[in-house]
Amino acid sequence: MLAAVLSLGVLSVVFGLLLGFAAVRFKVEGDPLVDKIDAILPQTQCGQCGYPGCRPYATAIASGEADINQCPPGGEAGILALADLLGRDPKPLNPENGQVTEKMVAVIDEPRCIGCTLCIQACPVDAILGAAKQMHTVIEKECTGCDLCVAPCPVDCISMAPITQTIDSWRWPAPEKARMAGSYR
Amino acid sequence: MSANLFHDGVDILHGQRRLWSFHGGVHPPQHKHESTNLPVIRAELPERLILPLHQHIGEPAEPIVQVGDKVLKGQMIGRAHEFLSAPVHASTSGTIVDIGEYAVPHPSGLNATCIVIEPDGEDRGLEHPRVGDYLQLAPSALRNLIREAGIVGLGGAGFPSYIKLNPGKLDGIDTLILNGIECEPYITCDDMLMREYPREIIAGLRVMQHALQARVCVLAIEDNKPEAFRALHDAALHEAGIEVILCPTIYPQGSEKQLIKVITGKEVPANGLAIHIGIVCHNVATALAVHHAVEHGRPLVSRYVTVTGAGVSQPRNLDVAFGTPVRDLIIQCGGDPAAVKRLIMGGPMMGYALHSHAVPVIKTTNCIIAATEADIVPPRPVMPCIRCGACADACPVMLLPQQLYWYAHTNDLDKVQEYNLFDCIECGCCSYVCPSNIPLVQYYRYAKGAIWTKEREHEQADIARQRHEFRLDRLAREKAEREARRRLKKASLAKNQDKTPHTEEAVDND
Repeated sequence: MLAAVLSLGVLSVVFGLLLGFAAVRFKVEGDPLVDKIDAILPQTQCGQCGYPGCRPYATAIASGEADINQCPPGGEAGILALADLLGRDPKPLNPENGQVTEKMVAVIDEPRCIGCTLCIQACPVDAILGAAKQMHTVIEKECTGCDLCVAPCPVDCISMAPITQTIDSWRWPAPEKARMAGSYR
Repeated sequence: MSANLFHDGVDILHGQRRLWSFHGGVHPPQHKHESTNLPVIRAELPERLILPLHQHIGEPAEPIVQVGDKVLKGQMIGRAHEFLSAPVHASTSGTIVDIGEYAVPHPSGLNATCIVIEPDGEDRGLEHPRVGDYLQLAPSALRNLIREAGIVGLGGAGFPSYIKLNPGKLDGIDTLILNGIECEPYITCDDMLMREYPREIIAGLRVMQHALQARVCVLAIEDNKPEAFRALHDAALHEAGIEVILCPTIYPQGSEKQLIKVITGKEVPANGLAIHIGIVCHNVATALAVHHAVEHGRPLVSRYVTVTGAGVSQPRNLDVAFGTPVRDLIIQCGGDPAAVKRLIMGGPMMGYALHSHAVPVIKTTNCIIAATEADIVPPRPVMPCIRCGACADACPVMLLPQQLYWYAHTNDLDKVQEYNLFDCIECGCCSYVCPSNIPLVQYYRYAKGAIWTKEREHEQADIARQRHEFRLDRLAREKAEREARRRLKKASLAKNQDKTPHTEEAVDND
């Protein structure tokens, strides 16, 4: 009886120490789940999900506070990927958060720009270049199309334009629509 | 294999090296004789030449001329700044009338930046300095010369040739293969070129051999081109170290990796390059362009183009200045551009349909097929895959086209890569043999594009994340700095207030 109590007691102390050591030695910085969710989110930083950026939304999903269907730029593919990662059932996009639209890019009508810097302050990815009382311009390559610069502009000189397709960005369409040289013999 | 294939008394084949074979392949109807009956003539210069700045794989050239400038034939009008790029030269003398967006040969039908030249009809060339003896030139100087001449792979891919003339870390390569296979139906431009310029091609091959320090040169021709073979065989008769060999006709033997297998028995590893196994492949037309560049200082401004199909009454090969619209070629070969139902650039297996007959001939254009109703087999209904396996038997890369189709069809982009989608050379053999008429290659092209798009989106998202995080950091830092400044100011203010009225006390306190 005493031997059993003693041996179990000793074992529990040993394992406790082992676990305590492992918890310190192999401590994971940050939340890996948040990182995984954040990697799926499109990084538009638009705030349509109701959180101030993609990472806060990822944190909210991980903590169970937010649902997986609040990201319009991620679209259906994003929701499916999140459902797959978290082992939940996919659901349609919450219409309260907006609609799925094609990716746009902000364009400043430069002659009308008064150089107020409000759009620069609104841009979440520093994609607008300019200084006070100087004309501003959008670095098209860095723009995520988040729409956040449009509202603050006092002279309404920013608009969202669809991204023009070039030969480099063009891809073969899915076969149903393709013109086939192969039917010619 | 070669021994019993070449038994028809052609004794010049005696002693030819042993040939290997690759898996699969098909034998589509050749349709080559139509365009080899008439001699090659120079195509007439059009009213306007449209020269795209992007006629090769890599970055487009940048224009170095302005509207209104007078240019001479062979004058550089687009400079290559990047490593993977090639310059563009004026293909005749005349005036630059526009630099703008025009329709270019591309499956998308989209426009791209082009330089438009109005020819003055004189076709005056720029005086280029001659090299003299290229053997005295260092291989790197030779490569530079070839780059400045705007030479790219003329077999169809348009990869800048000077890069492929660099042996890299090797002292020299084992085998330089000159590709005169031209396996795709209808196309005969390399055939005609080999018949007419055998000596020049061999001379170009020698230049390439010098640049690459290649030990052996092999010039491979398919046995459906006996005239070309004879011409090159005779030209190379007294040349040491050059083998001209005849290969049995099979499609897609002209594809680099397949040809390497046939000639050397070696396989280029997946995701690897031919040079990794000491082999380099160039096209015969590229060799001729290299010869012209080195011997005559002449940049690449024209090429042979096959114009064929039922839409033209005189199918033939033309020597075409780059920038000539396809429409003009059809008219010169006795066709009516308006009556052509479908225009294909390239061959029927790997070519693509053009959206307009106003697009120009570029460096990679080897063939124009003007098809009428008579040529086009009405599209047959696509039926479900019956798992017959004919595609797997035909695949020259030994992939599993059925599985690839299955996963591409259901958009499973991870799985399709597991089945080595990116080893697919898009030769079209699988689609050709499919009894259910499934456009298999279209699925693979689509899947490749979808994967590239996804990768690009991921890259962009990563950059956006970094920029956003950097911005948050910066805002936090600025806030902290402001706070610190405010505190400092407050402290110094408080100190001053303390100091001014009671200076002595303050000193005492200290």
